[in-house]
Amino acid sequence: MKFLRNFLDQQEKHFVKGGKFEPYYPVYEAIDTFLFTSGKVTQRDSHVRDALDLKRMMMTVVVALLPAVYMALYNTGLQANLALAKLGLAGVEGWRGSILSALGVGLNPASICDNIIHGTLYFLPAYIVTIAVGGFWEAIFATVRKHEINEGFLVTSLLFPLILPPNMPFWQMALGISFGVVIGKEIFGGVGMNILNPALTGRAFLFFAYPAQISGDAVWVAVDGFSRATPLAQFADPTMTIGVSWYDAFMGLIPGSMGETSALACLIGAFVLVVSGIGSWRIMLSVLVGMVALSSLLNVIGSESNPMFQMTPAWHFVLGGFAFGAIFMATDPVSAAMTESGKFVYGLLIGCLVVLVRVINPAFPEGMMLAILFGNAFAPIIDKIFIKRNIKRRLLRNA
Amino acid sequence: MFEHYLNLFIKSIFIENLALSFFLGMCTFLAVSKKVETAAGLGVAVIVVQAITIPVNNFIYTNLLKKGALSWAGLAEVDLTFLGLITYIGVIAAMVQILEMALDKFVPKLYNALGIFLPLITVNCAILGGSLLMVERNYNFTESVVYGVGSGTGWALAIIGLAGIREKMKYSNVPEGLRGLGITFITVGLIAMAFMLFSGIQL
Repeated sequence: MKFLRNFLDQQEKHFVKGGKFEPYYPVYEAIDTFLFTSGKVTQRDSHVRDALDLKRMMMTVVVALLPAVYMALYNTGLQANLALAKLGLAGVEGWRGSILSALGVGLNPASICDNIIHGTLYFLPAYIVTIAVGGFWEAIFATVRKHEINEGFLVTSLLFPLILPPNMPFWQMALGISFGVVIGKEIFGGVGMNILNPALTGRAFLFFAYPAQISGDAVWVAVDGFSRATPLAQFADPTMTIGVSWYDAFMGLIPGSMGETSALACLIGAFVLVVSGIGSWRIMLSVLVGMVALSSLLNVIGSESNPMFQMTPAWHFVLGGFAFGAIFMATDPVSAAMTESGKFVYGLLIGCLVVLVRVINPAFPEGMMLAILFGNAFAPIIDKIFIKRNIKRRLLRNA
Repeated sequence: MFEHYLNLFIKSIFIENLALSFFLGMCTFLAVSKKVETAAGLGVAVIVVQAITIPVNNFIYTNLLKKGALSWAGLAEVDLTFLGLITYIGVIAAMVQILEMALDKFVPKLYNALGIFLPLITVNCAILGGSLLMVERNYNFTESVVYGVGSGTGWALAIIGLAGIREKMKYSNVPEGLRGLGITFITVGLIAMAFMLFSGIQL
């Protein structure tokens, strides 16, 4: 540690004003504050005394995401190994196969270790691509626009691979995170100034630009040529039976986007976020209430032609990206509603829209991504209405 | 029957939103969305004008312009649909003018609130687009009333939402070259992407 600190201190003179790498100061600053606490202290009296700064806040979100990451590693490998066993293949093709055989790791779906290593070979490259490409854009914008590289990117770059299918081509991932970071965030001025959630913006871009790689039956398991309908698709088709148990779906042992499948891992994350006060429990709760209310209503109404009407709230909760979206995406403090009562409206809106899209929109089997983006787009106006109402009420009170 | 009208209403607000699905009325949509209050004023004006002009145009179309519509005058063979475009524009301009005078006389408060927006609406392509879509889809008179109110509401909703975002963007630090209209275009594109949520719903 001491060595690292000394090394950074030695390099600092090149980056400060007058040094030879002066334009790249944000890059140095980012590495320095990422490894150590910031050396900057306020010169005069501080206005707010709080141990919570942006860095700690973002790191808490990363910690809350860890269960979902572990489940992503395990489940991606598990689904791939199950598919290989079903297809009767003995090995994996390509560079992943070479690494696996070099390490001497088997492909046994019953072995936790085999699954995690196999899954890591899908998640880790995706994460590296995201960090490298997204970080590249962050560094360019920070250098040119002279602002700091912010820890917020750590969250975005961890969320992004978690909501992608495992076998997505790397160039598409790179394109998606580029769109998310540049169009979704940086052109608005960077962290804290964006309108929509950057990770979801990138995914929505990929969803509409390359639907073949991010929707359908064939993409959710990492093995090429293996097609397995997601449970949501099975619900929508009356001729299919639901191939998974509710318990499996809750644990996350189903095909899907890498980190979204496990409702249990998301709930652990929700616990961390709510206890630390970083994620808004109002939003999580109201998304849940909106979903339960509308889906129960649709259960009661029923429909002869559309089997999705019969999907119970419990199933809505565990399938697709609902839990992940409600806990990690909708609560994004920048793009969500800011007023306390506005958060309830915002959450209810998202919860209802998800069910609406899943049930009555045949174009998209899953609606969490677009519902949250829609909620983000209308969050400012929801806030505005509540702020105006509060002003009016206070004027009356003090009149 | 009621269900049919309700479906049409919801469809015209969300699924076929004039601003965010068809990108009609963009000039006013981008220009008058800086503040929520003015955007709301313009939105209300569009709803009122749509609700009046689309049914009136529908009436004119079915009784004068459509092929065979003049059979009541003994001119069953006459087809005046080629006059459609100019008629609708004329009707819209006349209706807006009459509405303006009526509001000035009877509801001066609303007239002052709407201000310049009423005359502006005459040249808003969302209004003409509404009338043309009504003709293309062969709506009957009641349907055209529902469609008029619905499409106006959808447009109003979109512009109010955009105005909310633009007010929040006062705190953003947009690169210099993109400030103003540039970032607004990009924002509209992003909201339109979120609005794709509704595309594909069959009612």
